[in-house]
Formats: sequence, structure tokens, C-alpha cells
Amino acid sequence: MKVFRLSQAELDDMVQQWSTTRRVYRPATGRQQPAQADCAPGWERAGDGAPLTVAAGPSKASVKTFLFPQPETMQTYSLKSSDPDRALLKEAAKAADKQIVVGLRPCDARSVQLNNLPYRDDPYYQAGLVRTVMVGFTCKAMCSTCFCDQMGGSPMATEGLDIAVSQLDDSFVAEALTPAGEELTAGLDLTPAADSDLKALAALRKDCPQPDNARLDTLKGRDLNTLYKAPLWQGLGESCINCGACTFICPTCYCFDVQDEVVRGAGRRIRYWDSCMFPLYSLHTTGHNPRGLKMQRTRNRFMHKLKYFPDRFGPFSCVGCGRCVQDCPVNIDIREVISDLLTVE
Amino acid sequence: MISYLPYPVRIDDITVETEDGNLKTFKLVFENEAQQKAWKHVPGQFAMLSLAGQGEIPIGIASSPTEQGHLLFTVNRAGKVTTALHQMHPGARMGVRGPLGNGFPIDTEMKGKNIVIIAGGFAVTTLRATLIYLMEHRRDYGKITFIYGARTPGMLLYQKELQEWAKRDDVELHITVDREAPGWNGLVGFVPTIAGQVAPSPENSVALICGPPIMIKFTMPPLEKIGWTDDQVYLSLENRMKCGEGLCCHCNVGPTLVCKDGPVFTRSQVRQLPLEY
Repeated sequence: MKVFRLSQAELDDMVQQWSTTRRVYRPATGRQQPAQADCAPGWERAGDGAPLTVAAGPSKASVKTFLFPQPETMQTYSLKSSDPDRALLKEAAKAADKQIVVGLRPCDARSVQLNNLPYRDDPYYQAGLVRTVMVGFTCKAMCSTCFCDQMGGSPMATEGLDIAVSQLDDSFVAEALTPAGEELTAGLDLTPAADSDLKALAALRKDCPQPDNARLDTLKGRDLNTLYKAPLWQGLGESCINCGACTFICPTCYCFDVQDEVVRGAGRRIRYWDSCMFPLYSLHTTGHNPRGLKMQRTRNRFMHKLKYFPDRFGPFSCVGCGRCVQDCPVNIDIREVISDLLTVE
Repeated sequence: MISYLPYPVRIDDITVETEDGNLKTFKLVFENEAQQKAWKHVPGQFAMLSLAGQGEIPIGIASSPTEQGHLLFTVNRAGKVTTALHQMHPGARMGVRGPLGNGFPIDTEMKGKNIVIIAGGFAVTTLRATLIYLMEHRRDYGKITFIYGARTPGMLLYQKELQEWAKRDDVELHITVDREAPGWNGLVGFVPTIAGQVAPSPENSVALICGPPIMIKFTMPPLEKIGWTDDQVYLSLENRMKCGEGLCCHCNVGPTLVCKDGPVFTRSQVRQLPLEY
């Protein structure tokens, strides 16, 4: 591992240099700006010379868009009657060019690792992992909606990052953690971190909230049906309007729908983000719906994150980024849901 | 690594199975011989049928692995893809992705046991695959009882085969229709009633039951009365699916993914699950 010390100008210069040969993305700064054509909503291309500043807390849009694009073209085909390969599905070319994501937070970096548990055999996600280099910014402070420490993370964590940038009092420290991270820093005229910088970094790491799994891990031992039948879902289902906002902004919501799209004889089969909040998600062709009630769908999302996923894979499917807490139109707070679940008898 | 790319196949033949025309059996032949040879499935598994421009649907495989050279799928016309499929003709190209799911435990819990198959309506498809497989490996299994019912004689699938199976002395066949019908000399009565009359012994036996939920609900009490337990009974669940590989999450029944953990479950497993199917 190599550690460097950078001023704001040197940090900007480093990102600028990357952007001459690769696509570099950073969280969009102005919410009013329309999304750039070659850029997912909530993100923008870096390298325009503007100083790199990352607002406190997680980026508005999560990092999942880079590994799980909206939409992903899986296959292409022709429906033209003159085409001898008519209706023959062909694997769509996967993007292979490197992309660098700058400014994601430790919670999002962790979400990439968590989603990789179900997606370890998914060719698209795996190709995304190979082509994406993640340059994260650790958090000096937690926002009022942050709870990464409750979900097994920490504001200063580096898990899943290729380069971790931490802010000291008057400068930045960049840790190149992986071969991909070291490759990015190689050849640049960077100043190695001094002992005092490393000490300052170690102090930040020591003083920040540490992962505290003890409280939530008691959920893992609980009987599934007891939690499923808990009375709390009724009230929660009454307030939830099933808008699905939480599922789209959530970095660890990973379900998808698959549809065919044909324009003038050229077809493609795409997958894109879906939401278990929607009745169509589980509707049978017969009209029967196993989760026909609003409450059942609300329950499904929380149970998936807090019980089904951990029962199958170990960790919870939540990184405590707090986006859903910030953006829920009816103020549902997953931290309260967790507290309520912990008291279910 | 998962492949979501369907194998290209051609529709070789289409059989209209029922008097209402709503059920057709599609005989599919692979375009690529190597893919055909590599295909291996277990009765009870399903596959995604893919129509370019329409989408994919999960359908149980109606042919037995012992029927080589083609695959059979019996499809009810119900939604967008099945309607488009019903309008297709022999020779047309489509796709198959699979096989998916677990299938019936033909090599484990079923081996050496008496097998009771109970089917209602068009849920008989994967049980046809199973019965044919069992008959091809007849010595590996004990007594075979096949109970199958439909609303009317014209709604019974695989009628020619039913007549052939009836001639065999190594399979006990009970075919029934819900009500008396002109020209029908066979059994009359709902599947649960017939299952109660046949009263197959639970000793060293396994039952595979596929049909509408209401049929399964009423078939169990007469079986339980004579000693059948939930561990001996295998059911097959259906839910909306997209990927079939355990990723898209659509088919979850609580913690269980029908596509990966199922579709075949014992009745005791099903009873542990939330009612989300």
C-alpha cells in the first residue's frame, strides 16, 4: 500500500490527469443541472478543472449505477424479415473501458461488496467490477441520517475502495489500497505521506465510530415467522405509499426487471432497476398477487434487507447510508424499523 | 458464470391439447447440435421460453430427459408472451434458457419408493415428464400410481399417451373428470375425492402433487387420514420470475427463491414459508 499527501490543488491535478485518458465521474454538484448525456443522473464528468469538493454525507445518487447500469443491454437482435438471423438473440458487447468513480463514501463502497454476494456469478456485474476503479472519500463526520456504524461499517472504512482519500486539517491523504489504485497513482509526481500525516490518519480512524454489530446481530438469531408476523408492519404499511423511491436510491437494492424493446426492427433485451414496492412486481398472469397488499410489499423490502438477505449471505443488505431516511416522502425511518423489530416478542 | 443468452431453437411441431384451444404443446428442436447434446434436465425443472420482441416466460419442461432430440413445453395462453407464442407456426425461431430450478428428487428421495402422482388441470406437464422418466427406469421405483383430473374429457392433456399408459400393467392410472360427460366412461369426481378412494398407502411412498391450490388443499386431508406426512409430499410452486437464476428477486416467498431453491419443495418446507405464492 502506498500513501500520499496532497493539497487541494494536487488532488484536483491528479483527477485532471486521470481524466485525460479515462472517464472520471464525481457526484453532481448542482442539483439544478440536467444530467449529462453520457452520465448517470446524480453524477457528472470530472476533469473540467473545477475543484473537487465532496459534500458531507453520501452522494445523492448511489454508486450502483456504475456496476448495475440503468438499463443494461443484455442481448440484441433483429426482427427484420430480410435478416437471416431474424429473432436470434446475440450477447451484447459489454463495456470494457476503465471508468473511475471519485467521491463515493465508505458506505457505498461497502454496498458494492454486499451486492457482489448475490451477483458473484453475474457476468455484467463482474465486468463492471473489473472496469471500475473506486476512489472514495472517507467521512470526517457522520450526518444526522447516517448509521453506517450500526450496519457493520464505519465513516473511515476503506473496504471496497481502490484509493481512499481522507481529509486532514489542511491537506488530504490518499491511500492506494489495490493494484488498480496503485496503477492510478503510479507515474504521477506525488508526495509520500509524512509520519505526521500517517499519525493524524491513524488518530482519525481510532476516534471515529467503530462498527457495532452487537445490537443488530441479535436479529439474525430471531425466528423469521415471528418477525414476519409482527404487528409493526400493519402501521408501517399504512404510512408507506409504495412510491419505490427508497428502492431506487438504495445502494443495496439490486432487484431488476427484464423487458424487450424494439425500435424499427432493431431489438434489445434490457434489464433495469425494479422495485418490490410495485404491485406488478409479483403479479401473476392469472390476476393473483402473492403480495397484493401495500403492507406486504413494505414488509418485503425491510424483511429482505434485515432477515432474508442476512440469513442467506451473512451481512445485512443495508449499509446505513441514510438516503432512504432523507428522501422518504412519508418519513419512514429504517432505524426506527430496526429498533421496533428488535423489540418484537 | 451465469449466461442469460437463450439457446436458439425452432418450433418443430405444435399440438393443440385441449378443446378450448388454450393449451398447446410446442416441440422445440435446438438449432445448434452441440447445445442440444449438452442440455440435461431433471423432471420438475423449468426453462425460460424466449420470444424476441416479447420477452421470456418460465414454463415447466413437459418432456422427460429420456425423450432425446427435442424439448416439449405445454403452454396455457394467458399473457403477452404466451399469446404471441400461441400465434407462432412450426419452423419459427425462438429461444430456450435453462434448465432452471431443482426438479423432483428422482435420484434420491424417490428412488426405490412407491410413487404417487396427483395432477389437476394443466399442472400435469412436469408430471408427464416425471412419469415417462419413471417408466423408462421402471426397476428403480416401486408401485406407480398416477391420478389425474380435468374439468372435462376435452380438457385432459396428452390424451393419446393416457390411452397407452392405461394399457400398461406396471402403472396404476386413475383419470377423472369433474362431471359426467357424453362419451366418457371413466371416473367422475374431483381429484381429492378420487385420491381419497384410491387411498394410496403412505408406506415407503412419495407423492408428487401439482394442481390448483384449491385441489392441493382438499387432497391433503384424505391422504393425512391414512397416514401421509408432509415430508413425503412434494409440491411445485410458481411465482412471477424474470431471471430464473436467483438474482432479480421477483419470485421470493419470504426468504425462499422459487427459481433457485425450488420450484419443487416438500409440503413441510412450504408450510414453513410465508403465504407469498
